[in-house]
Amino acid sequence: MPLSTSVPSRRSFLLGTAAFVPAVALTGGLQRPALAANPGTMLPYTPTFFTPDEWAFVVAFVDRLIPSDAEGPGAVELDVPAFIDRQMGQPYGYGKLWYMHGPFRPAPATLGYQLEFTPRDIYRKGIPAADQAIREAFGKRFVDLDPAGRDQAITRLQEGELKLSPVPAQTLFGEFLKNTQEGYFSDPIHGGNRDMAAWKMIGFPGARADFTDWVDRYGAKYPFGPVSIKDLGA
Amino acid sequence: MADIKMKSVDAVIIGFGWTGAIMAKELTEAGLKVVALERGPNRDTYPEGAYPKSIDELTQNSRHALFQDMSKSTLTIRHKPDDQAAPYRQLAAFLPGTGVGGAGLHWSGCHWRITPEELRIRSHYEERYGKNFIPEDMTLQDWGVTYEELEPHFDFAEKVFGTAGQAYKVNGKVVGAGNPFDADRSSEFPLPPMRNTYSAELFRKAAAEVGYHPFSIPSANASAPYTNPYGCQMAPCTFCGFCSGYACYNYSKASPNVNILPALRLVPHFELRAECNVVEIQTDSTGKKATGVLYVDSQGNRVTQPADLVILGTFAYNNAHMMLVSKIGTPYDPKTGQGTIGKNFCYQNENSVSVFFDNDKYTNPFIGAGGNGVACDDFNADHFDHGPLGFVGGSPLWVNQSGSKPISGVGLPSGTPAWGSAWKKAVKDTYTHVLSMNAHGTNMPFRDCYLDLDPEYTDYLGRPLLRLTFDWHENDIKMIRYAVGKMQKIAEAMNPKAIKVSVKNFGEQFDSRHYQTTHMGGGVIMGDNPATSAVNRYLQSWDVSNLFVVGSSAFPQGLGYNPTGTVAALTYWSAKAIREQYLKNPGPLVRA
Ligand SMILES: Cc1cc2nc3c(=O)[nH]c(=O)nc-3n(C[C@H](O)[C@H](O)[C@H](O)COP(=O)(O)OP(=O)(O)OC[C@H]3O[C@@H](n4cnc5c(N)ncnc54)[C@H](O)[C@@H]3O)c2cc1C
Ligand code: SF4
Repeated sequence: MPLSTSVPSRRSFLLGTAAFVPAVALTGGLQRPALAANPGTMLPYTPTFFTPDEWAFVVAFVDRLIPSDAEGPGAVELDVPAFIDRQMGQPYGYGKLWYMHGPFRPAPATLGYQLEFTPRDIYRKGIPAADQAIREAFGKRFVDLDPAGRDQAITRLQEGELKLSPVPAQTLFGEFLKNTQEGYFSDPIHGGNRDMAAWKMIGFPGARADFTDWVDRYGAKYPFGPVSIKDLGA
Repeated sequence: MADIKMKSVDAVIIGFGWTGAIMAKELTEAGLKVVALERGPNRDTYPEGAYPKSIDELTQNSRHALFQDMSKSTLTIRHKPDDQAAPYRQLAAFLPGTGVGGAGLHWSGCHWRITPEELRIRSHYEERYGKNFIPEDMTLQDWGVTYEELEPHFDFAEKVFGTAGQAYKVNGKVVGAGNPFDADRSSEFPLPPMRNTYSAELFRKAAAEVGYHPFSIPSANASAPYTNPYGCQMAPCTFCGFCSGYACYNYSKASPNVNILPALRLVPHFELRAECNVVEIQTDSTGKKATGVLYVDSQGNRVTQPADLVILGTFAYNNAHMMLVSKIGTPYDPKTGQGTIGKNFCYQNENSVSVFFDNDKYTNPFIGAGGNGVACDDFNADHFDHGPLGFVGGSPLWVNQSGSKPISGVGLPSGTPAWGSAWKKAVKDTYTHVLSMNAHGTNMPFRDCYLDLDPEYTDYLGRPLLRLTFDWHENDIKMIRYAVGKMQKIAEAMNPKAIKVSVKNFGEQFDSRHYQTTHMGGGVIMGDNPATSAVNRYLQSWDVSNLFVVGSSAFPQGLGYNPTGTVAALTYWSAKAIREQYLKNPGPLVRA
């Protein structure tokens, strides 16, 4: 299955849906053995934060941020959407890691984030607004665009050319990009980076954490693959 | 939630990071009954540092497992005195610590001594470059203490930290290929220098080729098994690469928890209370004597802890905050230049060059240790002629490969898109073939860079937040552009595939969104005159003589080097004055 169709479009998504099961149904059971041959395929996962519409948007979005191609795995096949959904249930998702007392006022960009929105708010309020703005600009919902169209839409969010309210386009884009890279590159215990594939691609040895014998083998390739905290029994 | 009054103790220490731990050890050795109060939780190698759970970039670094709890408190920032300040809501530019060990549990370990000239910076510049060289609005002043006075304390702190390094000069005699700009030392480092990464050795070779004088960075990451003067043990560092921002799993990185606390635990007249957030230092009706502190414990009780002596060691700008909310000393006024609390806030003026190599040359940036690397000091402090350059300050240059991890640490060539296939390919092609070098420059004090209380925002207890007014000045941008230009020569001498230079432009404003360093100073500065400094040369408050304020808050200007070596030496120096002078005759140690 070519990449462009391996990510659920909203239509195929809804076709498979009666209830909230589709995210699992889409990717579950039968597809799993064929994983290697099916880049862009997620493991079965039922989102607990994202609604079916949001989930389809998230999957399609992160798939373009880190696409699957000949160079290496994409965000979707490494379960990054599931990672983001899980993070929304963590203190991080609720904005507990940030100072969130008002007043919230605009400030120079160099002084950092000044909105009252938690990560959950950013996605919950940002995704429908983005979808609406994209439909107005492109005549289609995001999930119904082809990959090139999706890339154009993402670029216009990134540049702030699409105006969203109340969550600004660049805030939504920034949150997506940060969380996607986190899911792609963090230890698989967090639900992304399946089989440490992103680490294998770049040559990061994960939780090995002992290079006593390698620090002065100058210029040589480190020969051992990565290990995960999961492999270490923790 | 009750109001509780504890039994009086000889000394109460606010904050249990490096400064609090050193003071606790020194004062209990003097026989004092000491209580240390730490706002954050109890922490140690186990469980916080335990392998493998500590080897987790997302939890530790991205989600701040060990850093200050921002939901409770932060500071506000603005660039100029007339601007509206906005809260620093998300950790980015700096990563203050909390919990037992403070930032000392998750620092990196570059362990330096301030240069002798920097301790008398105004006098030194005026002598060498004339009275008019220092800009009018640069509030530069001498520290009131000399390198010779501090030397025994630098020496002892290095032995406590188990610092690995190569001395240059010991007792006037050149002993090895250390930093030729170093001042004289009374002994060698307690451990030999660490082995270095490929990136650092490439720097050493290239720096020498262009005529500079490279040397191994002194690091408080153990290069061999070690037992310190307190009987605390360290194991050799494994270059695990999860160092800066992480607790060491291996007892290799010096920390209050590994190098001091095991000894303190054996002391019956010492008590450490975690999750006790001190809200103010209390004074008597004269305002000249501290009577103890008020804190809020984990149950929300408001607890008074009376004490004869109060030590404030809450980290850099937090010390200024405590002074301001406790109404001790005179707040600094940037318009008149009068007052001292909050004066001379300084930061680190840091920029970098990334160097990219072909795919057959592996730099393996995941191998590293926090304090590891090779530096050159040719453009730091006053080791070069500032006369024709027209700026004050300087910058060490270095490769300090502390271990870069993929979520936060991949330097990519200029022009790489932020996402998509091209981004992914760039990460894949670059990650194991790049090195990064830094100019870790000084930031000079200016009249309009200071700390006061925010009129609007509060912490979870309703106390006003600290407000930081800070921006880059032309002097510092000139300096860092000069230093980065010198560093670029090193990068070019490596014959790389490409380089990427990141340096401040003139007019560029302080940007709180990107990590720079957690090296802030000033706010409660030391000096020899109560009109211009908040504490005397022994770090004793000019206003309240039974209060000593320890930490980089005492620095009148920013250093090129990381601060903790100098913070530790000053703390031992202050402790010696308390032990040998103050306890015999409590009162001001310096007459105003
Ligand atoms: C990632 C990182 C890397 C670093 N690397 C280096 C390096 O390589 N070299 C170097 O020299 N320096 C480095 N530093 C800086 C170094 O950590 C500090 O200079 C050092 O820890 C300062 O010691 P301190 O005791 O003043 O503050 P801390 O170690 O921060 O301790 C202060 C303690 O006071 C507590 N506290 C604050 N307010 C209160 C209150 N109201 N009541 C009770 N307790 C309170 C805090 O919770 C904290 O535990 C680094 C810092 C970070 C974050
Ligand atoms: S690099 Fe060395 S000192 Fe740093 S955390 Fe790892 S083992 Fe400890």
